[in-house]
Amino acid sequence: MSLKMRIFLYGLLLVLCVPFVFPTWWMITSSFKPNASIFAFDFAPSTWSLEPWRQVFTMQPFAQQYWNSAYIAVIVTLGTLVVASMAGYAFARIRFPGQNVLFLVVLTGLLIPSEVTIVPLFRMFNSLGMVDTHWPLILVPMLGPPSVLATFIMRQFFITLPGELEEAARIDGLGRPAIFRRIALPLARPALGAVAIFTFLHSWNLYLEPVVYISSQTKYTLPQALTQFTDAYQGQLWNVQLSAASMTAIPVLIVFVIAQRQFIEGLAHTGLKG
Amino acid sequence: MTLLQDRAATARSAPGRPSYWTMRRRDHLTGYLFITPALVGAVAFVFLPLVLVVWYSLHEWNVLADTFDFVGSENYRKLAEDPNVPGVLRATALFSIGLVVLNLGLALVLAVLLNQKLRGTTFFRVLFFSPVVVSLLAWTIVWGFLLQDNGGVNGLLSLFGIDGPNWLRSGGTAMVSVVVVQVFKNVGLNMVLFLAALQGVPQELYEAARTDGAGRWTVFRRITLPLISPTILLTSIITVVGSLQVFAQISVLTQGGPGTSTTVLVYYLYQQAFQFHAFGYGSTLSVLLFLIVLALTVLQWQMRKRWVFHES
Repeated sequence: MSLKMRIFLYGLLLVLCVPFVFPTWWMITSSFKPNASIFAFDFAPSTWSLEPWRQVFTMQPFAQQYWNSAYIAVIVTLGTLVVASMAGYAFARIRFPGQNVLFLVVLTGLLIPSEVTIVPLFRMFNSLGMVDTHWPLILVPMLGPPSVLATFIMRQFFITLPGELEEAARIDGLGRPAIFRRIALPLARPALGAVAIFTFLHSWNLYLEPVVYISSQTKYTLPQALTQFTDAYQGQLWNVQLSAASMTAIPVLIVFVIAQRQFIEGLAHTGLKG
Repeated sequence: MTLLQDRAATARSAPGRPSYWTMRRRDHLTGYLFITPALVGAVAFVFLPLVLVVWYSLHEWNVLADTFDFVGSENYRKLAEDPNVPGVLRATALFSIGLVVLNLGLALVLAVLLNQKLRGTTFFRVLFFSPVVVSLLAWTIVWGFLLQDNGGVNGLLSLFGIDGPNWLRSGGTAMVSVVVVQVFKNVGLNMVLFLAALQGVPQELYEAARTDGAGRWTVFRRITLPLISPTILLTSIITVVGSLQVFAQISVLTQGGPGTSTTVLVYYLYQQAFQFHAFGYGSTLSVLLFLIVLALTVLQWQMRKRWVFHES
């Protein structure tokens, strides 16, 4: 490749970086600006103020909301891994009557976006007294549509395992549950990783459901809390909002940079199967 | 001693008599137990609600007024006559088409650039992918801030002497803004899928075309594009179905406005059901959304069949 071509390509790549880098840079720097000069076009604040970062915690129970999002995402991820790997394994490796019909029933979940069923689900959880609790945010993703996709991905993985491994384990006297736990699951680590990343991000980003189900501030999850930083006249407190957004985005970004290969391959994999 | 007890005793002591729990039966039981949670979940949180939403769509149901009356096809007539619906469908189609065209176009450009033999492509790949993992709400809020009349985007434009519009508040630019914000959020995912497809194109084909004297553009159009077309079709369907579920971006950036210019179907459904408490009509809109997604999925299957034919 000629030098000219090389310079041209790098130039093009750098220009294309702007919409990806500029927002993050602007979010972090603006979060240190006082709200009065928030719209001043400075690439770094003229005076750095920690006040907005403090206000995030005084205006809302932000630590509590952070905890809500974190614990819900962790439970949903662990629960989905258990549910999806067990069902995926059974559909792929065990023969039992009615298997294909039951698999079709589970697969219908792939056809139906959760937005379609939000009205009946709201009514269901309302009659169970679970509105304004975290139960809908845990149960629906863990057992509903995203978990169906996870089941499908696990099944596609388990189908590729060589049958000889299980035969050998059988001859050694292992039962099904032991074969699943000691042989199939350890081999499924890449698929489990992909499902875990996808499920965690799905739960972490969930927005329509919290808006519909949750009404008390102490029970908000992060996406919902982020939109609530306003002053007494409903004017947006941009600097506080951007501080909170930074706190939401930066930890995930750090984990992403450390484990970028797993993230990119895992999400591309789940994306394709979806 | 009765005969029955006697028999039971012999059965227990009989050597080698197969127990009821043969390996096959035990396997069946394990299979059923393993799928139970997923099956219960699919029935309770997908299948049943889907049936219910169709049932509810036949009712006049206002939560505030506490009415729940069977009205038959009344809600569907309302849907056909609702003056907002054409605008909503138009906004939904515009958003989906705009998103697919811009997302796939940019993803293809990025993938081709990163497929060159350049140093540092890993760095750029990570960078372009990073918005995919950034919290959707954080990303949307930052762009909402940038797109304010006196915000960062217009600040950047003014460096080049361009006086930018009030992106989110004027009819001509609100939809474009919402689409573009969504494109930058997720383009990394399609970029990675395209990159994998590009790397699967055999090098010999390129070399053969070069020896035949084909130019760069011809090679791309006649060899690369046809060979990666399955990936293009697949990503476009995933992107379209995903675009029908967009809610947070609309809710944060434009609240469906100005007017109803960015009111997509999911947002309208949310407004009707959870802001105006019309659960019956909201259910009707849900059924409409489901039918659209279903039609697109069937289309996907049909197209997949066709490629398999092509490939063989």
